[in-house]
Amino acid sequence: MSVLVALPVLLPLLAAALSLVAGRSPRVQRLLGVVVLSVIAVVAAVLLVHADQTGPVVLRLGGYGPPFGITLVADRLSSLLLLVSALVTLAVLIFSIGQRITDFGRRTASTAFHPMYLVLCAGVSLAYLTSDLFNLFVAFEIMLGASYVLITRRVTAQRVRPGMTYVIVSLTSSLLFITMIALVYTATGTVNLAAMPELIAELPAGVQSSLALFVVIVFGIKAALVPLHFWLPDSYPTAPAPITAVFAALLTKVGVYALIRTQTLVFVHNDAWAVLLGVALVTMIVGALGAIAQNDLNRMLSFLLVSHIGYMLFGLALFTVIGLAGVILYVVHHITVQGALFLVSGLVTRHTGTVSLQAMSGVARAYPLVAVLFAIPAMSLAGIPPFSGFVAKIALLQAGAASGTPMAIAVTAGAVLTSLLTLYAVTKIWVGAFWGPPTEPLPDADPNDDVTVGTGSTSAAMLGATGGLVLISVLIAVFAGPLADMSERAAHDLLHDEGYRSAVLGEGNG
Amino acid sequence: MTINITMAVTLAGLYSIGFYLLMQRSLMRVILGIVILGHGANLFLQVAGGPPGEPTFVGTALIEEMVDPLPQALALTAIVITFAMTTFLLALAYRSWALLGHDEVQDDVEDRRIAEAELAEQESEDETPDGERVAGFEAPEAPESRPGEDHEEARIR
Repeated sequence: MSVLVALPVLLPLLAAALSLVAGRSPRVQRLLGVVVLSVIAVVAAVLLVHADQTGPVVLRLGGYGPPFGITLVADRLSSLLLLVSALVTLAVLIFSIGQRITDFGRRTASTAFHPMYLVLCAGVSLAYLTSDLFNLFVAFEIMLGASYVLITRRVTAQRVRPGMTYVIVSLTSSLLFITMIALVYTATGTVNLAAMPELIAELPAGVQSSLALFVVIVFGIKAALVPLHFWLPDSYPTAPAPITAVFAALLTKVGVYALIRTQTLVFVHNDAWAVLLGVALVTMIVGALGAIAQNDLNRMLSFLLVSHIGYMLFGLALFTVIGLAGVILYVVHHITVQGALFLVSGLVTRHTGTVSLQAMSGVARAYPLVAVLFAIPAMSLAGIPPFSGFVAKIALLQAGAASGTPMAIAVTAGAVLTSLLTLYAVTKIWVGAFWGPPTEPLPDADPNDDVTVGTGSTSAAMLGATGGLVLISVLIAVFAGPLADMSERAAHDLLHDEGYRSAVLGEGNG
Repeated sequence: MTINITMAVTLAGLYSIGFYLLMQRSLMRVILGIVILGHGANLFLQVAGGPPGEPTFVGTALIEEMVDPLPQALALTAIVITFAMTTFLLALAYRSWALLGHDEVQDDVEDRRIAEAELAEQESEDETPDGERVAGFEAPEAPESRPGEDHEEARIR
């Protein structure tokens, strides 16, 4: 059983190597990618069932015991996120293959894309599974290294600067991450997350708070919390649609996951947490207002992404079982919905040739299917019942109301307001892009790059992949009951972390 | 626990120089900033292992006299990673230079648009009372020749 934990990391890495060797044969590359990601999805499902029924699945790499060896752990939270991420990456890969075939024909090879995409998936999986702070850093670097290549692949003059911004900001946050590891190691003498809590608890309160704050800053840059979000709306929208979709769906959520894991497991919950509630409120409001001010479809979606990171932080800052259950539900919902929205944006721009909401119109009449594919995740993002966003939001609002402190109530009110602002923003997209008389696609402003717009053509694979993601988000709403129960059990694990810690530290099934 | 003052001062120096360079406008300086910051971070990881001691080979020294090998292993990994990322960054910077022909960090287009809109609003606000005053008095000077305005526009350009 425990060997399964290594597969989501090992398989894509090996497949990436093979994919690079098979660079001249696009069919092998495509098949390899789809098969590997499907296998990961199945493995993640098995791990999830196992973790839910019999407890965390543990693998000690190289047989080295704690606290020196690296341990991979699949508990409920990790395997749930692993499953959702695998499904989203699979859908995006199919979309991307479909787009490639539609634009350039079946035979053209895109040598670097497939290997790098698989490396990205390996990094994401490792970040979910590892229980070692330094290994988490390595996972982030695998993921980011691949993302640097993906965002700057075949850059043109317009895209090179945003790519540069992304790389420099991410590198800076990585260097802060190393600094944070050095500080934590100096203070505790270990990098094992499960061994850390006892050692951290012995430190003076001031040292504890500053370490916790440092961790929030490091992962906050990754997750785009508001004072640290400036890079995101500048860099994400410039990449090709499938790449933006996978970045928006996964990379920020890995930051949120790292934040949840470290703050619940390692640090003690104290009064300083009110600051996090404030940051959550500011993130929600600034993101939503920023989105409303935009005219560019992709920038608008990027700001909405920032805004909704605030919800996840809100639930974490409440630090109750229902709050964390709400966060887990929200992360699962948001990964699928945000991925779907960016894919739809890719479909829309192919029909309109522009991302400007003022310049486009009439997509609903010309391409009703695209309009339906946009409407469902958009309403879900705004939290309209009966979609998945409503289920996740109501869980968070209940948690906020239940916690009862004035600050929590204020943030709950802010969350409701943000929900309305999100609704306004997506309505603005709907009115701008989908209503009105259909227009001819504008010519591609930058025909040499990988962002192909205005071709007016889509294929079944692209529509199917987007539809698949939308279907998953609908299924989340349909199976909201069992999923909410599962999230609650996962949240319970997070707050009562003895199970996780004994699984990592104990002799167990090494 | 003793604190190594030399190391602390060196680290503070590296971090300050790194962050200072990171905030410069020239891309090359930004990259140098990343490199120096990387050196600082890796050195910090090394220092986290405690005071210097004997090498960690079994049987060559007493265990109490050996240094902690874990931060060294971590620093080694971190150095390789920062090295690889810096190489990629340099390649990207070269690409950017080849495409754009300069290495200044670009202005924020959105920000400039907002500033322009604000300026246009100010101008229209300034003009209305001026127009009313024209009736009895001499016509005011053309807005272009106002001092301060040129400076504003030059900044926006």
